Amino acid sequence: MDDQEMMDSVLEPEGPPPPPTEKIPTVIVDNMHIVYKVYGAGAGKGSATSALSRIVRRKSSPALTEVHAVKGISFTAYKGEAVGLIGSNGSGKSTTLAAIAGLLPPAQGAVYTDGQPALLGVNAALMNDLTGERNVVLGCLAMGMTYAEVREKYQDIVDFSGINDKGDFISLPMRTYSSGMGARLRFAISAARSHDVLMIDEALSTGDMAFRKRSEERIRELRKEAGTVFLVSHSNSTIRETCNRTIWLEHGLIRADGPTEDVVKEYEDWTNKK
Amino acid sequence: MSTVFEQRAADVADPDAGLSPAELAAKYGLTISGRRPSLAEYTRQVWQRRFFIGAYATAKLMVQYSSSKLGQVWQVLTPLLNAAVYYLIFDLLLHVSKGIPDYIPYLCTGVFVFQFTQAAVLSGTRSISDNLGLIRALHFPRASLPIAFTVNQLQQLIVSMGVLGVIVLVSGLPVTMNWLLMIPVLLLQSTFNAGLAMFMARIGAKTSDMAQLMPFIIRTWMYLSGVFWAVNSVTAKLPHWAGTLIEANPALIYIELMRYSLMDSVPASSLPHHVWIMAAAWAVIGGFGGYVFFWKAEEEYGRG
Repeated sequence: MDDQEMMDSVLEPEGPPPPPTEKIPTVIVDNMHIVYKVYGAGAGKGSATSALSRIVRRKSSPALTEVHAVKGISFTAYKGEAVGLIGSNGSGKSTTLAAIAGLLPPAQGAVYTDGQPALLGVNAALMNDLTGERNVVLGCLAMGMTYAEVREKYQDIVDFSGINDKGDFISLPMRTYSSGMGARLRFAISAARSHDVLMIDEALSTGDMAFRKRSEERIRELRKEAGTVFLVSHSNSTIRETCNRTIWLEHGLIRADGPTEDVVKEYEDWTNKK
Repeated sequence: MSTVFEQRAADVADPDAGLSPAELAAKYGLTISGRRPSLAEYTRQVWQRRFFIGAYATAKLMVQYSSSKLGQVWQVLTPLLNAAVYYLIFDLLLHVSKGIPDYIPYLCTGVFVFQFTQAAVLSGTRSISDNLGLIRALHFPRASLPIAFTVNQLQQLIVSMGVLGVIVLVSGLPVTMNWLLMIPVLLLQSTFNAGLAMFMARIGAKTSDMAQLMPFIIRTWMYLSGVFWAVNSVTAKLPHWAGTLIEANPALIYIELMRYSLMDSVPASSLPHHVWIMAAAWAVIGGFGGYVFFWKAEEEYGRG
């Protein structure tokens, strides 16, 4: 039965590749809590005089609100896995990725990773005043490549992003790009280097069909290079196509963690019932 | 399907059964995410990004005036206009120039050299908050940003120095061997500025109010740095300790040294005491101190 399933997923061209046979952990999340401190919310007086008296009395702002976004989650991801994160808006998916990337400190618990995880989100702007061309070069150099490596990869990145499909857009400043084009170029730059852990936050949903196919292909390659890929998406079909494992978050807690097919099915049943 | 998952769980349990997450992490060499590297490792990473620093500085220089019609002409026009404004106010209206020979090159040197340090402070303060997108998208040692901005300002200063050279020659001053001293002065000031930019970058990343406050601090500093007048005419009337304090000002030291190297009419005797030692000390203390201060908070940039 298991062999049959293995065969199926290998022969099936569109499905995600089989789970890896060797179990080498790349990301360990241990009872992680994330608490955001939000200033300026709540019932604080915002006037200049009250701000001044706070400074004089050395009191912290009364408008400080704490948001408990992730309430103690634990999981271990392994080499060669593609893990999908699903859940309704505000369930803590993007926060979890930011914490794994080391951008948010856990209030409690710990995150252990293999090397430096790369987080790729749609909102991450590069240098908008510079041309796409310069953004590619600078992005690659910032990731630690040498000029020789950049020269080698440059054409691949441009081709992959599909920026030049409709004319010579690569020589225009990035601020002239549509949001989809910008996201595609950013994805292409980040994916040019093989990361041990690559995390993608909704980046694929902004691209068109052709780009989605290419990026799903690239994610598969990255997994073959023994990386681990995390994907946050509201598109269940994207999750099904790319991920072999899925974690369903709701209200900052793990509601289900297992093979994509089971978890996504459970999630769909749950959303349909609501 | 669930059998696959259970079997997988069983496989995992085999070699690593009973290990706590921390022990498992240690066994496979995983480290806490976002932890700051050691100073030596950090320096190695910054050195590896030297191409990025150079390319980013040059790219910024190229786009700076790209939205204006005159384009790169502004590289030369901006310092010239600045000098013209100060000349109008301080020489023509206020007559501060009394007793200072060759006031125009004297003033221009002061303005250009001080602006180099001023730009380091201002862009350093904003270097983290203005580049959050880049910081959150790609992983690189964050010190690359304030260093790249300092390199960018050095490139601009070199353009200004070209203008200054012409001003000095037009004023009738000769080219001397002392002009070569410009190179060590620029190197020392750049090192100091890079450290200052990194110092301000950490402060600016934490306290957004600093960006509002900096213009006032900078203006005070400028008036104390002898950009428009000879400071030794003021220090002579002050008690010794106050004079020493004013003469220890790094901006003043770099300005005075630059005047000495460019202008034949500025004698070595007019320089503050131990001026080269002070210039080198500021470069070392400022550069290294700023770097370490910035590195200490490396894991916190881009959070929030």
